[in-house]
Amino acid sequence: MIPLLASKLILKCLERENVEFVFGYPGGAVLPLYEAFRTSPIKHILVRNEQTAPHYASGYARESGRVGVCLATSGPGATNLVTGIATAYLDSIPIVAITGQVDRALIGTDAFQEADITGATAPFTKHSYLVQNAADIPRIIREAFHIASTGRPGPVLIDIPRDVQLENVKTGLTYDKVDIMGYKPNLNGHSGQIKRAIKKIKEAEKPVIYAGGGVVLGNAQSELLAFAEKNNIPVITSLMGIGAFPEDHPLYCGIVGSHGYKYSNVVMNGADLIINIGARMSNRATSHLTKFEKDTDFVHIDIDPAEIGKNMETSIPIVGDAKTVLSELIQKDTITDHAAWLAEIETIRSENPLVYDADPPCSDLINPKVLFKDMSEMTADNTTVVGDVGLNQIWSALYYRIIKNRRYYTSGGLGTMGYSIPAACGASFATLDKPKEIFIVCGDGSFQMSMGELGVIAEHQLNVNIILITNTKLGMVRQLQFDNYGKGHYSGTDINFDIDFMKLAEAYGIKSYKVDKNADFNKVLPEAIKHQGPTLIQCQVHPDFIRI
Amino acid sequence: MEKKTCLSLLVENNFGVLSRISGLFARRGYNIDSLTVGTTENAELSRITITVTGDDQILTQIKKQLNKLIDVITVIELKPDDSIIRELVFIKVKADDTTRSQIVEIANMFRANIVDVSRESLVIEITGTRYKIEGFFEMVEPYGILEFVRSGDTGLQRGGKILSH
Repeated sequence: MIPLLASKLILKCLERENVEFVFGYPGGAVLPLYEAFRTSPIKHILVRNEQTAPHYASGYARESGRVGVCLATSGPGATNLVTGIATAYLDSIPIVAITGQVDRALIGTDAFQEADITGATAPFTKHSYLVQNAADIPRIIREAFHIASTGRPGPVLIDIPRDVQLENVKTGLTYDKVDIMGYKPNLNGHSGQIKRAIKKIKEAEKPVIYAGGGVVLGNAQSELLAFAEKNNIPVITSLMGIGAFPEDHPLYCGIVGSHGYKYSNVVMNGADLIINIGARMSNRATSHLTKFEKDTDFVHIDIDPAEIGKNMETSIPIVGDAKTVLSELIQKDTITDHAAWLAEIETIRSENPLVYDADPPCSDLINPKVLFKDMSEMTADNTTVVGDVGLNQIWSALYYRIIKNRRYYTSGGLGTMGYSIPAACGASFATLDKPKEIFIVCGDGSFQMSMGELGVIAEHQLNVNIILITNTKLGMVRQLQFDNYGKGHYSGTDINFDIDFMKLAEAYGIKSYKVDKNADFNKVLPEAIKHQGPTLIQCQVHPDFIRI
Repeated sequence: MEKKTCLSLLVENNFGVLSRISGLFARRGYNIDSLTVGTTENAELSRITITVTGDDQILTQIKKQLNKLIDVITVIELKPDDSIIRELVFIKVKADDTTRSQIVEIANMFRANIVDVSRESLVIEITGTRYKIEGFFEMVEPYGILEFVRSGDTGLQRGGKILSH
């Protein structure tokens, strides 16, 4: 066997995992890898700051259903990945992060650009590797992709010292079958527990399905639809569960939580059985659910055994994959009819209607809630919307309707500002062969956190449309200040410079529009959609429009 | 209700495994009373014994979170009724010509060993359960304990059962 340079072997291993794109930023400790990129079919996308690279990988993974890959050099390159890796961890997104490391002999000497990145990321990686020996590369890369994409997905980090990349390896692409002693994810639900769950479902008078990100990640939407329809059980989602169930379906009951719909929280509080599928019941989802009856039963289906009983006591735990367990549940004879409960829900719904007006009334500028409602009517059935973090996120999550094949991505768990632009770009790279409508929704705060990535949008002429909601404020924090301390108690939430976003877009050659009336937005949106290449629509919202 | 529990783990002998385990305890706010680690009959595996204090919910979470770590192969709870759990302690006690023989007599009663003697002190090696060691401390305390070091609990299940992968 002809010896192969380890850096080339790394790229060969990535090819074996069907990697198309690596989102990265070069540096000294990954020079051998970049030399190998020159002759590899894998495309390297140069991001403009390592901080965004994991978000590209995350958006790519969510859109394609495959593992996203990001790359950075040692030291500051690696530490810049940390927030993005943590973001992927909290949302269970399968990514592999590769970092360069200083030469093995220099590890631990505080060498130039040395950082203990496996140590720094230990709390937010599903697993990590420090490659000590080039011969291990085929096994480690195989395992990393397997671990990232199976069971409960999540980020895996591979730290590779520069001198390891320069070794000659004779083994070639060995190691096909993954066999990790301590990692055997359980997909099938326990049959005894499934029987008990079925019994509870038959007995329940007011059941609710609470669908989380696990349904979306597990591609279990059609199974959920079949199960809910067969048993006439209403479906509520978490923020991460948006897209688990069509929002125009009669059984759809909205989004729960402190930032959800009021009626959804009321419905959930009234249930006597909650069937939780792939949601972790985080504090943000349950803070408005204080009134659980003592006899409310919880069935919790989750692929991660540690989620069960962590935040909420569970009557019936089922460890397994959402798709598999739902398929098993559908096969059982459970047909139930909850006409009285569904009628009660209709009353709850009409008593707690969605409020589109600003409170207090403040604005003849754009009403963001109406904007997203209108946008729902004017966009294609396979649109992807990537919400950032802040008011823009909640407005788009609550008022843009996810129906048919639409998707909604956001940083739900960690709440990382600056997520939307790079994640939407990642999604755009995943759909280059079949371009579709991809919308970035961000505020003037989150936009400025990642606006360097406009360079990537322009360079690759990505077909993304940026809906930039501007109010020269950090709106959600401002809302918290208003709620906690009262009117006028604003601090550090003014963006005290009126940026000319039109000129900024022009500098990048991005077609841009500025609107301050909903009617005008509705006029320019079809134009922006028709435009080949990136667009930006700046939407002026009144600073005092702080209600979600 | 809080209780002390002894966990026995079989782990892959990989880089960073110990820091992953101790990090898990630190970041989730679990307290480790003691932790011991050593090699096993298989060079690729290590065995770790951890003693923790917490209520049932926390102990269940600890076991589940440990099981989530890729390097962790098996986690079991060593129940006092069907396990052997012991600790090794070295105690340096003040001892002069008048007290030395009394201390040696106490050590003999506890089947402890004298492993070092000087004009002013004795070092005693004692192995046993938490209760035996507490009893021994009580007996030698009046003579003056200069310092001591404890290995932390380590243990095995009784009978033919083994921790396998």
